[in-house]
Amino acid sequence: MERRELESRGYLVAPGFIDLHAHLREPGFEDSETIASGARAALRGGFTTICAMPNTEPAIDSPGLVTEVTTRGRAAAAARVLPIATITRGRAGRELSDLMELSAAGAVAFSDDGSPVDDAQLFRHALEYARTKDLLIIEHAQDTGLSGKGVMNEGVVSARLGLPGIANAAEETAVSRDIAIAEMTGGRLHLTHVSTRGAIASIRDAKARGLRITCDVTPHHLAMTDDWVAGVREFAWERREPPAPSATPYDSATKVNPPLRGLRDVRALWEGLADGTVDAIATDHAPHASVKKDVEFDQAAFGISGLETALSLVLGGVGAGWADRDTVIRALTTGPAGILGIPVRDDDWVAIDPDVEWSVAAEGLISMGKNTPLMGRKLRGRVVYAVVGGEARFEGGLRGATPVGSR
Amino acid sequence: MRWSRRHVLDTDDWSTEEIEAVLDTTGAMVEVLSRPVRRAPPLRGRTVVLFFAEASTRTRVSFELAARTLSADVVNISASGSSVEKGESLFDTVRTLQALGGDVVVMRHGSSGAPYFVSERTDAAVINAGDGWHAHPTQGLLDAYTLRGALGDLAKKRVVIVGDVVHSRVARSDINTLVPLGASITLSGPPTLMPSAWRCGQAPVGTTYEPDLDRALDGADAVIALRLQKERQEGGLLPSLREYTRVWGLSEARVSRMRPGAPVMHPGPMNEGVEIDASVAHGARSLVERQVTNGVAVRMALLYLLVGTPTLEAS
Repeated sequence: MERRELESRGYLVAPGFIDLHAHLREPGFEDSETIASGARAALRGGFTTICAMPNTEPAIDSPGLVTEVTTRGRAAAAARVLPIATITRGRAGRELSDLMELSAAGAVAFSDDGSPVDDAQLFRHALEYARTKDLLIIEHAQDTGLSGKGVMNEGVVSARLGLPGIANAAEETAVSRDIAIAEMTGGRLHLTHVSTRGAIASIRDAKARGLRITCDVTPHHLAMTDDWVAGVREFAWERREPPAPSATPYDSATKVNPPLRGLRDVRALWEGLADGTVDAIATDHAPHASVKKDVEFDQAAFGISGLETALSLVLGGVGAGWADRDTVIRALTTGPAGILGIPVRDDDWVAIDPDVEWSVAAEGLISMGKNTPLMGRKLRGRVVYAVVGGEARFEGGLRGATPVGSR
Repeated sequence: MRWSRRHVLDTDDWSTEEIEAVLDTTGAMVEVLSRPVRRAPPLRGRTVVLFFAEASTRTRVSFELAARTLSADVVNISASGSSVEKGESLFDTVRTLQALGGDVVVMRHGSSGAPYFVSERTDAAVINAGDGWHAHPTQGLLDAYTLRGALGDLAKKRVVIVGDVVHSRVARSDINTLVPLGASITLSGPPTLMPSAWRCGQAPVGTTYEPDLDRALDGADAVIALRLQKERQEGGLLPSLREYTRVWGLSEARVSRMRPGAPVMHPGPMNEGVEIDASVAHGARSLVERQVTNGVAVRMALLYLLVGTPTLEAS
């Protein structure tokens, strides 16, 4: 189908979204997701390109594994899958991976995501070494000493629920450290899933000083607050004071790292998007098999399955007037493309039905990860058509059409 | 008031009327316990499963006594030697509980929120007997009952809770129960053992934080000391138990800063010589033993309200 035809039928046509941060779990955790299922879920959510995080088993730290991810991604014939390789061998945080070889094999960036590089000296060396080819380092900024055994945001909600907290400072001190090291080395640093007001302020300041630092935020941190752990299901833009719980507390689907934060933090993320401090929206899609989530809250794995709900969440914020539509579409397209140094392709595009209402249901999600606190919830706005490399690879929910290719 | 709750998971959303209803029923249960033959039939034919995934003697025995006094059958699933220790998942345990067909599951668990997990997956009524740092509703209720017995109406009474508040399900449940009854609460203890939000102007309604225990105790109507886990020192939260005892331990001199005769309580088990002097623990102000006795009555009241048939007449 032609773009123009879809536009004339009232759909919003946009470049295909690019996700800087998705966990596809293969190899090693194929009960949670595979490269193929993740790439199809991505396309359902409007992402025509996704970057696969390397915290698999084994971790993606050798050229052969990088090639394998690329090959399996291509075989899926859904979203394009770009491999990210580890910064340190085995993600162990002790010695550097072969960054140049990995880059030559196709790694588009480097990250130990899931963990930060705790050793500041090693992190410095990574940024220095990466300068050789201007390689992109993506950091999960968290002081693991401060975050400790925390399982949710530290604040009034964690105090009430009796859960160990992860203070904002755990992210803010790490972001400050990372900025200082980026400044010292001149390296190219991307801070992923930034969640706190203080971190946004530090990044804003660093950018103003001309440092080559970029950052992304996730749709769930833009939409939800830590009240969700207590059973509240009001989006940030519809939150009442005080918010009223409507679901059972301690739902492990709300457990994510960095944790869902307070309302002031959420507002700061939107402000960062509006003023350009935040360059991209990335999903941190973290699917988990039910055995990892259907347990006590403190035992549950961190992560939210996010590829298929991302667009609806950010459009919710747009609908509430928290950002304009162009800003969020840019953060899903040209923003991440610029960070990766890849073009926004004309032959990767999606059509969005911005007004369609749909319900999040386990059987309706293509991702194997059903771990979303949005389960059962009505959302608005969804991708109905996705084209990759000029080929229509997804169609579902076009008005007056039979869905095909939406398995 | 008509009792309509199916579970007792936390008292944080209870109305004052609901708390009063439990305390009134507790009074009736105290009467049952004072009979020559301590036995009443309202839970005859009912099965109470005691699922204790975390070691506890007193609370388990208290529930067991409560259930048996009301003529229930009691099944124990305890941590030591059970599948829980062998790494059986909570989900599996819940399936077993469900298959056993108990009417009530009384559970203690090390993870905050675990009773919610169980309550969503079983037909039984679930009573939280302590979950992680979160809640210990029967302790809150028995403390309220005991305090009322000593002080009368709790309106305008000020109760000090001192110690390891951040890790204490007892503190949280005491707050949730005593504040709706009109008491105000002064929390005291080292800042490292206080939830950070509660130290920084976001303390729960009806509570304030006063790090200086002497000041907290001045003119107070009662004090509840919390158990100090010895591993807090290793976690870097405390310099030493000795220093803790000096600054936040309940000594004779300290408790005499309260109103004359103001009672001292402790949920047990006590570390005598750490958070409380032996002379205070066993002195004239101490209500510790009464707490234990009242605990049985409160648990009877809840079992009765949840699944009892409406007769307390001796069979």
